Amino acid sequence: MAEAFLTVQQLAKCYTAGGEPVFEDVNFGIERGEFVCIIGHSGCGKTTILNILAGLDAASSGHAFMEGREIAGPSLDRGVVFQGHALLPWLTVARNIAFAVRSRWPDWPRGSINAHVQKFVDLVGLTGAEHKLPSALSGGMKQRVGIARAFAIQPKMLLLDEPFGALDALTRGTIQDELLRIVQATHQTVFMITHDVDEAILLADRILLMSNGPRACIAEAVRNTLPRSRTRLTMHHDPQYYRIRNHLLDFLVTRSKAFQKGGGAGAPLEVAPGLEQPLEAAAHEY
Amino acid sequence: MRSLTLRAAILSLLVLALVLGAWHLATRPAPSVAPAAALTPEQIEYQKLLGKDPAAAQQKSAGFPTLAQMGATIVQHLAQPFYDNGPNDKGIGLQLAYSLARVGLGFLIACVVAIPLGFVLGMSPLVYKALYPYINVLKPISPLAWMPLALYTIKDSNVSGIFVIFICSVWPMLINTAFGVAGVRRDWLNVARTLEVPPLTKAFRVILPAAAPTILTGMRISIGIAWLVIVAAEMLVGGTGIGYFIWNEWNNLSLSNVIFAILVIGVVGMLLDWLFGRLQKAVSYVD
Repeated sequence: MAEAFLTVQQLAKCYTAGGEPVFEDVNFGIERGEFVCIIGHSGCGKTTILNILAGLDAASSGHAFMEGREIAGPSLDRGVVFQGHALLPWLTVARNIAFAVRSRWPDWPRGSINAHVQKFVDLVGLTGAEHKLPSALSGGMKQRVGIARAFAIQPKMLLLDEPFGALDALTRGTIQDELLRIVQATHQTVFMITHDVDEAILLADRILLMSNGPRACIAEAVRNTLPRSRTRLTMHHDPQYYRIRNHLLDFLVTRSKAFQKGGGAGAPLEVAPGLEQPLEAAAHEY
Repeated sequence: MRSLTLRAAILSLLVLALVLGAWHLATRPAPSVAPAAALTPEQIEYQKLLGKDPAAAQQKSAGFPTLAQMGATIVQHLAQPFYDNGPNDKGIGLQLAYSLARVGLGFLIACVVAIPLGFVLGMSPLVYKALYPYINVLKPISPLAWMPLALYTIKDSNVSGIFVIFICSVWPMLINTAFGVAGVRRDWLNVARTLEVPPLTKAFRVILPAAAPTILTGMRISIGIAWLVIVAAEMLVGGTGIGYFIWNEWNNLSLSNVIFAILVIGVVGMLLDWLFGRLQKAVSYVD
């Protein structure tokens, strides 16, 4: 675990001094190139964990390391896609991305910046909308700009805080596909918060399940055993999909409460519910 | 159906016609009770000896100008706005230029002080809390109340006028800047933080544009107050300016000049407000 790309050790956060912690004993690691989703009920501190990883918030106790160095503040090595897209509304799409690119490479000439910006505008499928203001974009397009901005600085790790929460189901689907395509093409390491079980199964290699707060912890790490070639359209034909999905839903509906105040030290139990049944039985079932 | 603008314009002109009509009726020369023709030459002579020239009395009516007199005054002023015949006889354009220069200078100094200070107030809750009582005490003071103090310490009436403009412009700008800067969305600041944007870049590229509409609202309020105050300040300090012009014409009992100056003050104030409205529009954004 110590050699992992990103390591979180015994993380805890109290908002009132001496009060009950929102979460405690949070331990997990993320490998390079891995896509990890975290699922849990509201108020269990998912966003706080992400903010600590981003360096925007400080933990009450515990540590987070990336590449062996403790995370002590925000860094260009970690790109963040915010829940509310957080585009600067007075800048056009291209200028919003250029703002990030210029921060990353202050010495680049204008031409290189523009070319780099254009590459990422094209990557998220916003070609033609470069010179629009965010107010002229739909919710889905805004979030794409947010993703392009985070990707454009080519961070070592991407942190996504429920990026598709405010989108309608159709838009969400297409952007999920796009994100998956980009992540697979760039081998990006990603940590993402979601409320959507299907989204987690589609995108994540590993899904961290958080118990309810206060005193929340990471109860389980579910390994996604579906092949990486899965797509939104074919995924649900795989028998493993339902087992994983049921496991996640069971956890959210019933088991997440049981873990409360039972936070175990050390790494969370890793399970692979997709492989629980023998493959022959699964084949027989369908 | 006619457009709303057109109907509004017609109604607007109607109101104007009504006001002008009322003015005309009110200032109609009253038919003399005892026309001069009814008096014998001896009687006229006698009246003149008493200092009551019946002919002149008829000529000099109530004092309030008729529409025709008013029109003549306007034409006369507009025909020659920039003449200068010594301290008490300058063209209206020249007087306006003096006032605008004072307002401009006082306002500019207020901007230079209030906007950076407002930034500090908005960014530091400590400074905000520490200075808040002072601001609250100083803000409601009529700018003219500073005049004696300014005249005593600065000893120059012209600079005192500028100081008064400064002191009245500074508060709305200071408070609005602080409010705007403190209200910049947390998300945008977090974007700047995660991108490791240096502090000055953050101030100019994130906070300033984010707070610009609020800051400009403060500036718009300030310029409005400054234009209100300059007239009173110039009446006090005298010498030059549109305020002094009004006072001077009051002493001359030339009401048509006073009315003309009032109209000019209104039009210039409207133009200043329009200008800042345009600027406000230019920096505002839709979130």
